[in-house]
This record gives sequence, structure tokens and C-alpha cells, in this order.
Amino acid sequence: MRKIFKTSMAVALSVCMAAALTACGGSGSSASSEPAAEATEAADAAEETADTGAKIKIGGSGPLTGPAAVYGQAVKNAAEIAVEEVNAKGGLQFELDMEDDAHDPEKAVTAYGVLKDWGMQVSLATVTSAPGAAVSPSYAEDQIFAITPSGSSPAVVFADPDNLSGAYGNVFQMCFTDPNQGSASADYISAHTDLGSKVAIIYKNDDNYSKGIHDTFVAEAAVKNVEVVYEGTFDDSNAQDFSVQLGQAQDAGADIVFLPIYYDPASLILTQANQMGYKPTFFGVDGMDGILTLEGFDTSLAEGVYLLTPFSADAEDELTVNFVNAYKEKCGGEIPNQFAADAYDCVYAIAQACEAAGVTADMSSDEICAKLVEQFTSMTFSGLTGESMTWNENGEVTKSPKAVVIQNGVYVGVED
Amino acid sequence: MKEKTALFSLFGDKKKRGRFVSFAIVIAAYIIIEILLKSGSLSSLFKSLLVPITCYVVASIGLNLNVGISGELNLGQAGFMSVGAFCAICVSGILAGTVTAGIPRLIIAIICGAVLAGIFGFVIGIPVLKLQGDYLAIVTLAFGQIIKSIFMNTYIGFDSDGLHFSFVDSKFKLQPGGKMLLNGPMGATGTQKIANFTVGIILVLIALLIVYNLMFSRSGRAIMAARDNRIAAESVGIPISRTKMLAFVVSASLAGAAGGLYGLNYATLVPNKFDFNTSILILVYVVLGGLGNMTGTIISTVVLILLPELLRSLQDYRMLIYAVVLILIMLVTNNDWLKTKWKSLTSRKAKGGASNG
Repeated sequence: MRKIFKTSMAVALSVCMAAALTACGGSGSSASSEPAAEATEAADAAEETADTGAKIKIGGSGPLTGPAAVYGQAVKNAAEIAVEEVNAKGGLQFELDMEDDAHDPEKAVTAYGVLKDWGMQVSLATVTSAPGAAVSPSYAEDQIFAITPSGSSPAVVFADPDNLSGAYGNVFQMCFTDPNQGSASADYISAHTDLGSKVAIIYKNDDNYSKGIHDTFVAEAAVKNVEVVYEGTFDDSNAQDFSVQLGQAQDAGADIVFLPIYYDPASLILTQANQMGYKPTFFGVDGMDGILTLEGFDTSLAEGVYLLTPFSADAEDELTVNFVNAYKEKCGGEIPNQFAADAYDCVYAIAQACEAAGVTADMSSDEICAKLVEQFTSMTFSGLTGESMTWNENGEVTKSPKAVVIQNGVYVGVED
Repeated sequence: MKEKTALFSLFGDKKKRGRFVSFAIVIAAYIIIEILLKSGSLSSLFKSLLVPITCYVVASIGLNLNVGISGELNLGQAGFMSVGAFCAICVSGILAGTVTAGIPRLIIAIICGAVLAGIFGFVIGIPVLKLQGDYLAIVTLAFGQIIKSIFMNTYIGFDSDGLHFSFVDSKFKLQPGGKMLLNGPMGATGTQKIANFTVGIILVLIALLIVYNLMFSRSGRAIMAARDNRIAAESVGIPISRTKMLAFVVSASLAGAAGGLYGLNYATLVPNKFDFNTSILILVYVVLGGLGNMTGTIISTVVLILLPELLRSLQDYRMLIYAVVLILIMLVTNNDWLKTKWKSLTSRKAKGGASNG
């Protein structure tokens, strides 16, 4: 008995330590944004004295702590920048509250409760897909307009994702969906035979993002006669060593390795392939975005990596340059990734729709919802992540992914 | 040993009082919350937490039966929850066309989840509970991981032709209008949310009823005897593995029922949710609540679920504070000086009460 008690105590203690560590990790990355947050508060205070008009409350949740915190933090920072900019213009005034959901559907539902108590009128939904699928029914039930920056799964907008039917109608997506990315990647590879002809895929089979893209890629590859010679999988528990998968891909003679995964494991794959002397063309999707800012990663290894992303931080148009500078200033020189760009666009799209529909802060959330749904299904929006985007009545966005290649440590757009 | 028997004689009557307190707390909490719900003064945050709290309470009551009363460490309670959850989701999905009313379907689904989890517990228990030592901890730890992997690779679909099932990859095509009940790593999506708080509270009461009745029954005494001294218990003819099996299967079924309720409370559920961390979390609720102490378990579960939500105002520091609070609770509840103080305080009270009565 006593022994068991001791064992459980030890286990419980170690859990506490782990929790404390992850919490440190989470707060570490946000420490840089604190001065900026203070600045926002100061700016808010200044505005309140100048302009006494009420503000439209924008809520949202994302992983601000835990392993996916990079995405949540990026969305939070970028949304804050966009809200500041919109407020600074005068006229429409926004107030933002991003809650933490730690990439957990259960916590996302609780975070939704927090936001509702706060009086959220418009929402950025969630940053990641699984939590998004959990809260979308609540948004539909309460008729609060939501647009997710990066919840790319069809389950975020459809109640019945298997048949792509039963759309919630008031939940929209700013990013392109997983199926879209998979088929676009296959199309791109089939159209560019100079990259290679034999494709190996290494994907994470316990992650619905990775699995979703893999499935549609394979389906489209069969149609487009792209030869898939090897499929390797990994999951959370063995995401450290990829030598087996890479070795098998090499033996199968693959000259393209398709990586529909997030950049963290991708960086290990690149490093280990380099150690093995295996040099295929690596092809990633939007999850690969962020690899150049990963700490401790030799970015020269990412040279020549292709990826599909709607946003490249080195684009020279005015909008991108301004955003990148504002983001760098706010986050201590960090370069914004695609998640940040999507969030920035979300806030501006909401602003554009609110202005067009004449939404004011004293309207109720379902009034705003009806007006915004009408606007979003009819308007076109141009932002960081695409020109003249439109939305269908299901809430899916129409825009085309852009292929970029990493050269000299920056993204360079590839002309089709 | 001596200490233990002394404790038992001291708390002989108290245990029954403990039972009364447990039920009183749960029923009082239910009445207060229902009043708040009806008057509309409960915030959305708390509303969203009601059902998950009852789920975790049921799972931790079950785990406490196994860890506290039976003395076998179980590190895979979340695995049993996931069995119950996915079973309940599948049953609810299949019955959606025939049993349209939510509550009967919910009850059927929860019962199926509990039974299936109990069967899993029984199968695991057969070899392991015959052994002496911490083997159950090792095996349940492995079970939690294995069951997660299995659900990640299970595809179950339901359409007008009936049930489709496949491992590793979805090899079947569904008829139009068909529904994937379980879609590998994507888990269950688009589940109808039919769980509600009242059913949750009833489940908590049933769990308490089962556990207390078991504790004070002949079998319950046998379970505790087997925990305290295996050899002595064997010598008086108690079948050790059978009594331990009883506690383990009941514990697993309660986790399955909790999982069933949990699964039907969310539109989406991924197998990753029920990982090792969730098992440990439930174990933390049990350990902090006190091994063998059901009232304590209920209170610690509720407090530890509410704590991170109430700390939201601390923003980035909340998980840090949460961890610190956990450590503090452990230090305080384990402090010998405080314990003796508390004991002398309560025993004086008990004596006073006795002389008065």
C-alpha cells in the first residue's frame, strides 16, 4: 500500500514538473510580446479618451501553451496587430480576446464558454482543426459569426464531413482545406516532372491534418499518374528518428519526398537525410512554413525545399512588407508565418464585411452574424494570403495555393 | 499493519458517515447548479464544464476503488474511458435512426460503453491479477497506449447497407448519406451531442452507490483484506485474484460509462485525447483526494478541473501556478505535523460528540 502510494506520488510529482515545464515553454515565447501588449493597452487607453464609441468584441481560441503553441501565438500576435491597425484608422473599433485551448477539443469548448461570458460578438473560431470541429456546433447554435484562420479540416465547417454536407453556414475558413492542399500538391508535382518522378511520402498517421492531406494526395496522384513508390508513417511516440523511413524511401528510389507534416518533425527529417547523404527534392505543405525560424535548426539544410503556402514573408508588395515589419517590431524580430498572415487577413476581412454591412458594436451577435454571412458569401477580399478570395455558402474559401522554394534562407515564389 | 487496524477501528463509524457526506455533497451540488441554471445566472464557462466534471468524477471514483480500496495501481484509466467513449459513439450513431429520443439512446450507449470496458478489464485482469506486485500498473500502462493505437487505426462506417469495418485504412466506400463513426486518427466527428448534466449526476450517484455498497459488503471486506495482507487473506480462504478482479472490472466499467458520457458530450473526439497524460491526471485527482476516500476524490476532481479555468486571468502563468498549487496541496496533505493536528482535532470532536450523545 505504502509503496503504491509512494509510486503514485512520484508519478504525480513528475507530472507537475512536466506541466510546469510546458508552461514555461509557453510563456517563454510570449515573453517577447509583453512589452507590445503593454503598448497596446496604452494605445487602448489613449483611444478610449479620444473615442468613446463601443467596440465590437472579437473572440477566438488557440494553443497558446503546449506543443502547438507556435501557431496559437502567431495568430494571437498577428490578430492583435490587425486590430490595432483597424482601430487606429478610426471608425470601426475592435476589441480582441484570444483564449488558450492547448489544442484540446475539451478545453476549446471551455474557452468558448469564457468568450461567450465575455460577450463575444464575432469570432476567429480556433487556430487548430480538432478543437475547431468541437466548437463549430456551438457557434452554429448560438449564431455567432466565426472565421477560422487556420482550422483547415472540413470538419470545421461541415457537421457531416464525410459527405461534405450539413454546413454550419456561419463558420468560415480563411485557409484552404486539407483536401485542397493534397490534390494541389499532387497536381504541382505531376506538372513539374523536372522535380522528380518517384514520390515517397512520410506522414504522421495519428494527426488528422497530416493524414487528410496524405489521403487526398494519394487519390489525386493515382488520377494524375504520379508514381508513389513508398509510404512511411510515424506518430507522436516515434517522431525523433526517421532513419528507417528515409532509408526505405531511398531504397525505393524516390527522388521526391512529400512531407505533409508540421515543420518540427520535418526539420529532423531534413537533418537526418543530410546525414545519410540522401538528397531528394523535399516537398512540403503549409505546415512546413516556420522551418526557417526554428531554433537550433541549420537552415542551410532547408535549401531547395518546395512548399505550398498562401503567404511568403519576402513578398515585396506593400501590404506584406508593412505586415512583416509590424510583426517583427512586435515580436522581437520574429518573421511571421502563414498562420499569422491568415489571422491578419481574418481581422481585415471581418472589418471589410462589417463596414460594408454597417455593423455597429451595439448590435447583438446573431444580428451581426446574419449580416456578416450575407457579406462573406457575396464579397471578394484581397489580403496577404491571396487576391480576390471568395467564400461559398458552406464557408470554404476559394484561393489557390502558391508554390515557393527556399533559396538562400528565404522563400522565393515559383512561377507556374 | 498495526497503524492500519487502529485507523479502521477509529473510523469504523465514520466510514458510513463518509458515505452520507458523499451523497449529500453531490445532491446539494446538483440542486444548487440546477437552480443557478434555471435562473440563468450560471456563466457559459461553467455550463460547458458541468458534463466533463461529472465524467471525470465517475472515472476517478472508479479508479479510487481500484487504487485505494483494492490497492492495485492502474495507469490506464483513460484507456478504459476511450473504449467506453468510442463504443458509446458508435452505438449512438447506429441507433440514431431507430431511437430518435436523446436520453434513452444516451443511456443505452453508456451501458454498452461500460459493458465493453468491463470486458476489456476482465480480459486484462485474467493473467495480471494472478500475479503479486506492480504488474497491473505496467500492463494497464501498456493497455492505454495500445488501445490508443488501435483506435487510431480503426475505421468504422455506417450506412444503409449496415456496418463497415476496417483496420489500417478506410478500404470501404460508404453509400451516400452514410457516416464514418470512427475515422482513424481523425476520431469521431459530427457526433450528436446528447449528453446532459442530469444524466451525469445520476451516473455519479450510481457510481457512488456501487462503490460504497461494494466497500461495505462481504466482497469489499475481502478486497481490503487482500490489499492489506495477501498471505493472511489467502490463509482464511479469500480467493485473491477473484476479489481483485471484481474491483478492477467495476473500476474499468465505471471508466467506460464516464467515457461514454464524455464522448457524447462533444461533437468531435480524437483517440489522442485519452493518452497517458489523461490517465495520470485522473490518478492525480484520486491521490490528492485521498486513497479510498470517495468524498475527497469528488472534491479534488472538481477543484482540479475548475482551477486552470479560474486561473485564466493569469494568462501565460496559469499552468505554472496550477502546478505550484498541485505541489502545495500534496505537501500540505502529506505533512505529518498537520496530520496529527487534524487527527487530534477530529478525534476530540468525535469524543465530544459521543459524550454529548
